[in-house]
Order: sequence, then structure tokens, then C-alpha cells
Amino acid sequence: MSGYTPELKELIKKVEATRPARVEKARRGEHFPALTMDERKKWLDNYHPDFKEEGRRAVAVGPNIGTIMPEEVAFALESTSRLDTKKINLSKADYETDLLVIGAGGAGTAAALAAADKGLKVIISNKLRHGDSNTVMAEGGIQAADQESDSPYYHYLDVIGGGHFSNRPELVAAMANDAPLIIHWLEDLGMMFDKHADGRMVVRHGGGTSRKRMHSAGDMTGAEIMRVLRDEAKNRAESIKVLEFSPAVELLLDEKGAACGAVLYNLETKEYYIVRSKAVVIATGGFGRLHIQGFPTTNHYGATADGIVIAYRAGAALEDIESTQYHPTGAIYPEQNVGLLITEKVRGLGAQLLNIDGEQFCFPLEPRDVESACIIRECTDISKGVITPTGRFGVWLDSPMIDLLHGEGTIKKELPAKYIQFKRYHIDISKEPMLLYPTLHYQNGGIKIDANGRSAIDGLYAAGEVTGGVHGRNRLMGNSLLDILVFGRRAGLNAAEAAKTKSNTGKLSLAHVDKFSAELKKAGVKNPSVGPILLPDYAPEHVKTRQWG
Amino acid sequence: MADDNKKQKPLATGDRTIPPAGAKMIAIYIMGREYMVPETLTIMKAIEYAGYQYVRGCGCRGGICGACGTFYRFTGDYKLRSGLACQTVAEPGMIIMQLPFFPANRPDYKLENMQGTPHEELRKLYPEVFKCVGCGTCSRTCPMDIDVMDYIALMKRGDLKGAAIKSFDCVMCGLCASRCPAQISQFTAAMFVRRVYGKHILPKAEHLKKRVEEIKSGKYEKLLKELEGMKQEDVKKLYVEREREPDLAEPGKWMPKDTSKL
Ligand SMILES: Cc1cc2nc3c(=O)[nH]c(=O)nc-3n(C[C@H](O)[C@H](O)[C@H](O)COP(=O)(O)OP(=O)(O)OC[C@H]3O[C@@H](n4cnc5c(N)ncnc54)[C@H](O)[C@@H]3O)c2cc1C
Ligand code: SF4
Ligand code: SF4
Ligand code: FES
Repeated sequence: MSGYTPELKELIKKVEATRPARVEKARRGEHFPALTMDERKKWLDNYHPDFKEEGRRAVAVGPNIGTIMPEEVAFALESTSRLDTKKINLSKADYETDLLVIGAGGAGTAAALAAADKGLKVIISNKLRHGDSNTVMAEGGIQAADQESDSPYYHYLDVIGGGHFSNRPELVAAMANDAPLIIHWLEDLGMMFDKHADGRMVVRHGGGTSRKRMHSAGDMTGAEIMRVLRDEAKNRAESIKVLEFSPAVELLLDEKGAACGAVLYNLETKEYYIVRSKAVVIATGGFGRLHIQGFPTTNHYGATADGIVIAYRAGAALEDIESTQYHPTGAIYPEQNVGLLITEKVRGLGAQLLNIDGEQFCFPLEPRDVESACIIRECTDISKGVITPTGRFGVWLDSPMIDLLHGEGTIKKELPAKYIQFKRYHIDISKEPMLLYPTLHYQNGGIKIDANGRSAIDGLYAAGEVTGGVHGRNRLMGNSLLDILVFGRRAGLNAAEAAKTKSNTGKLSLAHVDKFSAELKKAGVKNPSVGPILLPDYAPEHVKTRQWG
Repeated sequence: MADDNKKQKPLATGDRTIPPAGAKMIAIYIMGREYMVPETLTIMKAIEYAGYQYVRGCGCRGGICGACGTFYRFTGDYKLRSGLACQTVAEPGMIIMQLPFFPANRPDYKLENMQGTPHEELRKLYPEVFKCVGCGTCSRTCPMDIDVMDYIALMKRGDLKGAAIKSFDCVMCGLCASRCPAQISQFTAAMFVRRVYGKHILPKAEHLKKRVEEIKSGKYEKLLKELEGMKQEDVKKLYVEREREPDLAEPGKWMPKDTSKL
């Protein structure tokens, strides 16, 4: 029994027909030629959603006023507070602590652990459970130049080349330099890395790498990192307190404009809490759940841009916010798997992208934006995409090549989660190819930081997907898990340093929120929405129309 | 354009279910109450289609965070089944209850300086593990198809490597613990065992240790500073000319022609 319809099964025959010759070539190390730098640019300009005018506009207020960005993002930034600032009593804090970390994914937890190492008391606010985040979803791996043939120098070149030289150099250098320290830290915390018998790390290539430096833990690298960090945070309960289902809805500034806490919202009791702290780290992750241009997303449920919304309101500038990453390979079949990420590792292991005729049309390990543009081009202009029963476009990813190249059972061993996820719908990806199309994956831009994680606001630090500049306008696989831990730790350590010499007595204020509302009015933004939105709303139209009241 | 933000298209169209014309509707029972939903949706999307907005019980939506553990039965069938709401397809007659939280036993410990052997430490922290009655309910319950009873058995025997590897796919949903007659929190014990294995049993990476020393001595700072200060054109040239390690190069053996930047 196969999960594919008879029509699709007929098309798979074309893939099977070209497979033996393709496998032979791959064995000889012959690749479909990569695009030249000029071609890359042309493909991007014509096919990547970031470069099209439609669906994008200038933001009307705030530090980045006039920047053209996806309209969903502009819309979120132009939202007003959910608080009635007149009603709220800021004279007494419900919680006092040294450091407040907002967001408990990889970046936030790393920051909390680093600060706790330095003797700080930390409170972590999280919207969902500790660790329900994009971090757990990362499968492919984490990069670090720790092999003899590699060095931070080459890692730097790969990162900045992959980002089309738009990254901020000081951030790239910090990340490349710290990478092996992070892997070592994780090894020391008992993370189960994939290793050779003698302890050598198993490393692979990823899109745009010149050296094999992708470290992994099965195909659950992010989940393993997250559960190890969370477990360690639990062991340090005396210094790290976690408040789940209590997202931050507004930052608090003191009379000098320095960050000194936040207002949290208990999603269950609907109470607001005032947290006073000496420093704040924002680590709320990305914005996939804004569903830019209606694209499905790989992101977790809480990825709703909250961090950039509240930081922007408080006056923090954003960087590269106009840029969104579409992952080239999101599943589009069966319907239950739509948006599901098919890791680059599948291509790293030799599976090729093919059009409806079973022909290759691009080098399988181009940088992600280029690869996405190639697929969109093949499906739209060239009209050689496959159409699914629900009317989605896509191309094949010829996964059965993997077992042919590396031996029977490789897929089951290297990609167990993917194997199960398709098997559930009666597709054996070691025997049949998968259908894919680009999916909304990563917020490239975000809060502007320096190499120590400091934002433009005194006392406010940021780390992880919520920040911008590290990856420029395109991120390579395996550098985000790295980024969140490098800058999470740097932010935590620097916040700790700063907090040591700071008192916790400034006057708490929400004046910036009133100021921002006035700016919205002045800019003529009518009917702004209420933000941050916290949770997406997927109720269908027929339900919504009956939610009278 | 920014004039009237309410006119913008609604947020989050990308995951809202819009059933195709003529979609077949099925009856499911969310905590006992009947709702009609289109077939082929996951339990999670079906619950949202019915009009619920999740606060608890939903995290990654991709089968890896363990927030959405779910028990269900079919009307007229005694069998209790389990799955992840984001990964299980809703079928006609399903009576569904999610288990967004289940209290687990998780004693704190110090990974750095453990007193005894890992096995002794396990016995101290989780004596209940050694009282497993071998009923197999946990293995039948696990939505990740993990043979939970087996990893518990390996733990009892002191084969922590085996237990670590066997339990690796655990998403910590807690369903196993909710059904255990011996009141074991299998998944927290497994978390402990995996970290002990990763820290004290798996051999360390020597090349990593060496590189860490090099970095701490500041070996790459000058090279990186140079790159940082370089004109974009020059960096581009270096990028285009860099050598690529062959795909099938043996681990730790291949070396680039230019070794001056290592
Ligand atoms: C499917 C998938 C696969 C990926 N694969 C890889 C990979 O192989 N390699 C790689 O390097 N990268 C990968 N990435 C990217 C990487 O996982 C993420 O970019 C990274 O983990 C983000 O970490 P973070 O800590 O910044 O944010 P997150 O991990 O998303 O954590 C943010 C946390 O903040 C919470 N939060 C949100 N709003 C609020 C609020 N208002 N108040 C309090 N808390 C809030 C969120 O709920 C969440 O728990 C992948 C991403 C996805 C989605
Ligand atoms: S072992 Fe237990 S906690 Fe882990 S996935 Fe299986 S049922 Fe869930
Ligand atoms: S459910 Fe409990 S008692 Fe039964 S096999 Fe599993 S661990 Fe042992
Ligand atoms: S929502 Fe994360 S496993 Fe289902």
C-alpha cells in the first residue's frame, strides 16, 4: 500500500526511470553545476518572495520608520499595547530578580544558565512550557569549526558568503570564534552528540559549507540541546525560576530609559504581573506564525514576533527585518505534513531535487534562498512542478537515492523521525520520493545587537532568532542553533557583569508605551491591532462569524 | 497604506484549515462533546477547526516537543489508545482527551560530581525504577513507539548505554508515566541516564578539546579581525576561491592545500 494517489504514482515512475544514471553520476562525484554569483542574483531578484514588491510596505512609526518590510510585520510593529497604562499600578513589583529572561528556548535558557553561573538570580518568562520553541524543532545540526582541516576563518567565510556579504562582520566573527566553545560546553553538559568510536565528532556538509562541520544528535539535534539545557536549568532551581504560560507583554523602563523589567500576562488567570530586574534579555524567537504572504510555516506555535514588537515599542532599532527565510524543502504532501520541514541533511546525504519529468534542475546544496528561488522558478515560470490533489505545487526529493549511495537502512538510521512521519501516512521514503515546496522558516532580521548581545536600550540584551545581523539576509543551516547559544551565553554573561554594579531601585515606567501610541496616532495609523498577539488564532471563518459577544 | 490596519488580511491564514469543496465531514468527540470536522485533519487541527484556541497542549506542532500527548477511544471499542495530537489523524468516532500536563518525579542532581557509579546514582535518585512490574503498559502507550519497558529493564540491569540509546527518541510527553502501575516517571529517569551517558560514558572528542585550547589562547583573533576589516570585494574573492572538502573524505584525514589559515 502506498500513500500516493495513482496519478502521483504514475509520475514517480519518471523519477525511478532516471534514478540509476543519477546514482552512478553521484558515485563518481559529479554534481549538477552550482549557479554563478551573477545567476544567483538573477534568480533571487526574479523568484524570491523577499524581492517582490507585492505584500511589502514601509512601517509608519518607530526607530525603523520607512523601512520596507513584509506587511504582516509592519502591521505587528504598528500595534498598540494590551495594557491600560492608566490603570496599572507600577509602585510595587510582584517579582524582584537580578536578571529577567523573556523566552525559554535555546537562547533564553543559555542566557539564564550563563547568568546563574555568575551568581545571579534569574527569572525566565515563557509563553508556553519551558522549551516549547523553535529550538526543539531543529533537526539538522549545529556548526562549529573543530576539525583539523577547518578553522573559525573558514567558518566565517562560509557564513558571510551564505549571507551574501550582508551580515555584520563583528557578529560573524564572534559566532565563528565561540562555536567550538559551545560544542564543548554541550558535550560537558552530557549532550549525546553523534560520535565515532574514538569520540571524534561525526560531521557533515550543509548548504554552503566548505568544510564538514555540522554536528548532530540523530535527527533531533535541537530537541537534544533543549532538553539538556532545560534539565540543567531545573537542577539550578535555586537560582533560576521559570514562569510558564506567562508571556511578557510590555517592557518596563526606568526614568533614565534603561530596561528594568517587564509586565507578564498569565494566560490562564488573565492577571498581569510586574517583574523588576536589573537587566533584561529578550529571547522570544521568530515570527513564522505571522504566516507572511500566507505561506505555511515550520515554526512552533508561539513564534508570533512578540519580542520585536515590545522592544520596538520601547525604542530598540531592528536590523535586516525586511528579510525572511523560506526553507526550500517543506513537505506539501500528504496534507497532514504540510509545512513540515525536510532537513537539509536529506540533501546532504545525496538525495536530489527533481521536476515532474524526473530531471535535476539545480545543485542540491545552494544557499537556502537560492535553492528556494530555484524551486519556485521550476514550478511557476518553467511549469515543471508536480500538482497535488489539494492544488499545491511542488518538486520531488529523491530520498531513495540515499540507501543506494550509502547502503540499505541508512535512511532509517540517519533520519528516523522523518521516516516515521511519512510511514504514518503509508509513504516509505526509503523507497518513494517526497513532494516539497518552500516554507516560511526563519526570521533573518530582528533586534539590533552588538557582539555582547547589547541592544540600543541600556540594560536590554537580546539573543537568538529575535535578533538581526548575524546571518545577514540569509542563514545557513546549523548556524542558528549556534547563534542562539553563542549570543545567549554572551548576553547572559554581559548582563551579569552589568547587573553586579547596578541597583534595583529605578522607578518603573510605561511612558514609552504612551509615547508610542501617540506616534501611531500622529502617523495616521487608524484602528491599530492589539499586540503582541501571543497566540495565533486558527478558528475557521464559520466559527469566527458566530463569536458574537 | 498604513491608514487602516483593520483592513489588512487577517493574520495566520497559512495554518487555518480551509477544507476543499466536497470534503467529507466526520464526527469526533472532544472531551465527550460532538463536533463535525473535515476528515484527514490531525487531532490538533480538528480541535482548532471546532473552534478551540490552544493555550496548553500545543507547542511545536511537529511531533517533537511532547506538549500534545492525547488519549482516545473509539465509540463502541474498549481499547484505550494514545498518540500526539499534532501527529495523529482524527477518525470518525474518536473520543479525545489531551493530557497537557502530568506530574513527574524529578529529583535534582549534580552531574559534575556524582558520588558513586552511574548505576548506583540511578538507584539512589530513582529507586522506583527497580520496582517495575514488567506490565508493558508504557511501551504500548508511547506515541514514539519506544519500547519503554525495555529501557527501564536496561536501566535496572545497569546497561545505561543501552537505555540512553533506546530512550533517545523520547519527546517527554509523560503518557507512559501517567499509566504506570509502579508509579515510575520513566522519561525523567531516562533524561538523567542520557546525560550521564553523554557526560561520563561516551568518549570525549580530543580534536574539540584541542581547538578549545587554541581559541582560549586567542589563536584566531587576528585572522578574524583581518577578515572583519577587509573590503567586501576581497572577502568575496576569498569566499569564491575557498576549497571544498570532498563529500566522501574520511573523517579527520583530509587536509586543504592551503593550511596557513587553520
Ligand atoms: C523546523 C525547524 C528546523 C530547524 N532546523 C535547524 C537546524 O537544523 N539547525 C539550526 O541551526 N537551526 C535550525 N532551525 C532554526 C533554529 O531552531 C531556531 O532559529 C532557533 O532554535 C531559535 O532559538 P531561540 O531560542 O532564539 O527561539 P525559540 O527556540 O523559538 O524560543 C523562543 C521562546 O520564547 C517563547 N516566547 C515567545 N513569545 C514570548 C513572550 N511574549 N513572552 C515569553 N516567551 C515568549 C516561545 O514560545 C519560545 O519558547 C530550525 C527551525 C525550525 C523551526
Ligand atoms: S517514553 Fe514516555 S515520555 Fe517519552 S515519548 Fe514515550 S510515552 Fe512519551
Ligand atoms: S508501565 Fe511501569 S511497571 Fe509497567 S512495564 Fe512500564 S515501567 Fe514497568
Ligand atoms: S505539539 Fe509538539 S509534539 Fe505535538
